[in-house]
Amino acid sequence: MSNSLFLMIAKRIGLGFFTLLAISLLITVGVEALSGDICTAILGQMASEETVAACHARLDLDRPVMVRYVEWLVNFVQGDMGRSMANDRTVMELVSARIGNTLYLAAFSSMVAIPLGIALGVVAALYRNTGFDRGISVTTLSTISVPDFFVAYILMALFAVKFSIFPAISNVAGSMGFWERAYVSALPVLTLTLISIAHLMRMTRASIVNLLASPYIEMAKLKGIKPGRVIVKHALPNAWAPIIQVVILNIAFMVVGVVIIEVVFVYPGLGALMVDSVQLRNMPVVQATAMIFASAYVLLNLLADVLAILANPRLRHRR
Amino acid sequence: MTDQLLEMNDVLIEADIDGHWKPIVNHLSMTLKRGEIIGLIGESGAGKSTFGLCALGYTKPGCRIASGSIKLDGVELVGQPESALRKIRGNKVAYVAQSAAASFNPAHTLLEQFSEAPVQHGKMKTSEAAVRGRELYRQLDLPEPDTIGERYPHQVSGGQLQRAMTAMALGSNPDIIIFDEPTTALDVTTQIEVLSAIKEAVKARNVAGIYITHDLAVVAQMADRIMVLRYGDLIEEGNAREMLANPREDYTRRLLAVRNLREHKIHGDGINVLLEVKEVTARYPGTKIDVLQDISVKVEKGKTVAVVGESGSGKSTLARVITGLLPPSAGQVIFKGESLPASLKEKSKENLRSIQMIYQMADVAMNPRQRIREIIGRPLEFYLGKTGDENEARVHELLKQIEIPDHYIDRFPAQLSGGEKQRICIARALAAEPELIICDEVTSALDQLVAEGILDLLQNLQNELNISYLFITHDLATVKAIADDIVVMYQGGIVEQGPKQQILDPPYEDYTELLLSSVPEMDPDWMDGLVERRRRGEAPTAETLRQR
Amino acid sequence: MKVLAFVRSLNWSARIGLGIIVFFGFCAAFAPWLAPYGESEIVGDVWEPIGGEFLFGTDIIGRDLLSRLIFGARNTIVLALLTTACSFTLGALMGFLAATMGGWVDQVLSRIVDIIISVPTLICALIVVSAVGTSFFVLATVIGIIYAMPVYRIARAVAMDVEVMDYVEAARLRGEGLWWIMKREILPNTMTPLAAEFGLRYCFVFLLISGLSFLGLGLQPPLADWGAMVRSNSEGIAWGYLHPLIPAACIALLTIGINLLVDSLVHKASGLRDDH
Repeated sequence: MSNSLFLMIAKRIGLGFFTLLAISLLITVGVEALSGDICTAILGQMASEETVAACHARLDLDRPVMVRYVEWLVNFVQGDMGRSMANDRTVMELVSARIGNTLYLAAFSSMVAIPLGIALGVVAALYRNTGFDRGISVTTLSTISVPDFFVAYILMALFAVKFSIFPAISNVAGSMGFWERAYVSALPVLTLTLISIAHLMRMTRASIVNLLASPYIEMAKLKGIKPGRVIVKHALPNAWAPIIQVVILNIAFMVVGVVIIEVVFVYPGLGALMVDSVQLRNMPVVQATAMIFASAYVLLNLLADVLAILANPRLRHRR
Repeated sequence: MTDQLLEMNDVLIEADIDGHWKPIVNHLSMTLKRGEIIGLIGESGAGKSTFGLCALGYTKPGCRIASGSIKLDGVELVGQPESALRKIRGNKVAYVAQSAAASFNPAHTLLEQFSEAPVQHGKMKTSEAAVRGRELYRQLDLPEPDTIGERYPHQVSGGQLQRAMTAMALGSNPDIIIFDEPTTALDVTTQIEVLSAIKEAVKARNVAGIYITHDLAVVAQMADRIMVLRYGDLIEEGNAREMLANPREDYTRRLLAVRNLREHKIHGDGINVLLEVKEVTARYPGTKIDVLQDISVKVEKGKTVAVVGESGSGKSTLARVITGLLPPSAGQVIFKGESLPASLKEKSKENLRSIQMIYQMADVAMNPRQRIREIIGRPLEFYLGKTGDENEARVHELLKQIEIPDHYIDRFPAQLSGGEKQRICIARALAAEPELIICDEVTSALDQLVAEGILDLLQNLQNELNISYLFITHDLATVKAIADDIVVMYQGGIVEQGPKQQILDPPYEDYTELLLSSVPEMDPDWMDGLVERRRRGEAPTAETLRQR
Repeated sequence: MKVLAFVRSLNWSARIGLGIIVFFGFCAAFAPWLAPYGESEIVGDVWEPIGGEFLFGTDIIGRDLLSRLIFGARNTIVLALLTTACSFTLGALMGFLAATMGGWVDQVLSRIVDIIISVPTLICALIVVSAVGTSFFVLATVIGIIYAMPVYRIARAVAMDVEVMDYVEAARLRGEGLWWIMKREILPNTMTPLAAEFGLRYCFVFLLISGLSFLGLGLQPPLADWGAMVRSNSEGIAWGYLHPLIPAACIALLTIGINLLVDSLVHKASGLRDDH
């Protein structure tokens, strides 16, 4: 690996971590500034100064905000995310009980959606402007432009109520075996998969169509190369970068997409936890879950950029 | 077997324009013998590329071969399935594209791409192809022919890539090669190297060629026979030498006409200096290389100074320094005896008004959302405070001056032809009543005959209004036609400068001689003669200059 | 007549899209006159069947679903429109400034946007809503600011494309001021992509607001809102009532309609052809 390439990647990684820092600052300090004084909110405007001060001391609000931020960050990195305001359990406990479920959902859907979405996208790009392409384009456009919960409820009405194949409520538990777990979480997985396939397919199609317009593809055709070989030898090596981007951006999308789907199917994941906590204004949990979602999103985007740099032949083989 | 290698008969090619099929190649015919090179020449929109490409049985997307017959070695191509045409493409007929940089796949090395056609068509094994590739690279004068094939396309220069592409076309021993403007994107000194290498390699193998270009002088060097096309129709066809010596059609004659030399003015006395660039050095922000080094240039009142050089010579940067877009790191620009502020922001309205600029691409030099009225009217209002009827009257006057019909005033730029657009840009500059106009490659994007008209207009305006021009160009024909003084630039420095006669007549400075000698002439023997002289060391080459 | 000519120039899918938009717009504009019952009026039994006495039946507490849909159209569509307008004013202004001024202004604005944009929009909205609560005004501002970020990127990118044109340089050389250049040179030449972007962003904003409402964090009852209507009636699904699917379908229909129209406009504007 050449030096300048290494430098470029190092720079990108540095930027990623700077972004994470900035986000953590926004999530803690920004939120505190926005929400005003919690103690006055709890105790009312009439509360005496002493009670407010006592409240501040109890909630650890009497020290400078930056000191508390640094402390929060150090603790967060070490896995101590504070205590939930609703019950006295640690946030770590709540999060670790659910993070696995969310990962399971995303991973399961990815395994189905990524190969299928890319394959459909490539096929649609190769047979563009045929009936197959138009049909699939309209279907995917519709899928990505409807709300996630609409897809979820239609699937629920169909498969849980009308045909009673899968359960409507996906209350998975740690004690479940593989098949039982898969059965119970079938509907959320199916929903997430359908939506992801639509995104993947559209993005893949767009980048392949874009690529096929390049003069070097025309050149390959004029050299009398067979269509299959044109795709494999000339299009694909240049398509890796965009396809990797598509895949990872899609996983990043899933990370967020789970929130609403988890709520619909009452699936005990991180997203549902965050929504519950937002409703209760349970700030430590909101901050922790937000930080986890944001980190996953930022790191995945970082990975996509680094892989794209590595996959670009112009950057890999420097002058 | 006929003695004709390729017979195209009554070919009609149509393009899909807004859902209607319109002819773009209008019942053209062509024959080609083994080893013969035919030149297809015409201005943009002549259909020359479309016609040339159909020898592969190929049309660009959105086009179709509507009728006619294309016979290669007696075998009909029209109506053949793709699978049959594929066996011909890259095998019997090969293609060399205009932009080699875009036409090479960035993901594979040159040699991998070279080997692909011969191996895929079953003509040789990969190892044999590699040997042949190195042999062809050597013959086409590529540096380090044994290893250059292992490089990726972005690792070699434009001129080298174009030669590598010719090697690739020759790879599978085709009967015919189609050259689609292969040297148009290259600098003039590189062009001659590539041209002579191509010619030699093609002649040595007795390959037939279809050479597509807009440049008659280039085709004169390459072709045995010439077809002149215009708007998809054939204007004239014939033996190259005969046609060049004795064109039958008026259109060909006009294409052939050497640039009219305009009246020769007596060289000034150096007293009436309008603009002086004094010891200017400049670099772009954030870079470490001086793109201009210690440049001094004088422009006299009512005279034309041509700054000539190849890409990367710094000639356009000079314009940016004078206008204030790029403040110099050293030196100053003096206008009418007063030093101009270095940066654009500090310049007074009066400074800005008296130096105007005309651009290469008239297309992007005018706001597509403004009408001609506003484009020309705005400087009148901005600098001279003319509004309402006074403004309108002056716009009409200016339109008359640039010979554009009055009713164009309500049009948008998109409704004008290339030459008309450039005339509007000239009018916009004139509206400010400037004393100096900087012309940045103003004719390079135009077809030859249109460019001629623009140069005439500029000359007339100078005679009438006593304006000075700083003419930035890479085209020596333009320089010969319009300049009073010439400044020759190379890699950010001035090679020489002086009155036109002094620069263009012997004895020459070496780089100037290289530039001058590289401009293709209509004489079909010109290139062979030049290459011979260079070989004997009687004329400078780019190589010897680079080594200095 | 211009309107007619415009409609004629559209292909069939764009016409369908336009029809859907006009239909919902009409409902939103004349809600009080169109709706057979009041916004939160209880008119009958719960879960009256679809297609019976009430066209779309009644909801979980016996309100007329059709009337609530019509009022909901007003609340949801107008809120999304205000929000999108807010994000475009802010985003486009910042983007144009960054593109025309360049230098440190561009650097600072771009870095800030990079950071905010790297938090997923829904998460970002959830954090802010948890801090400041939900009201019509707060929602419009918060989501407006969040979506100003992608608008900034688009506006900056298209303005950059225009900015490098010689006619902008010509205007600079003429001595024109920053405001004039932004208004007369850049804005007219970025209108088409920005208009298309407005359509797409409106969809996103609309979906985000519906999503938030669905999570119980959007407009609060008794205001009718499509997303909230899905949520409050969602229990019905388990009993086999399809009522909650109707407001969800309305959301879907409107966004599909906008997408259809924008898609074909973008295609037409760019003269883009897929047939290489």
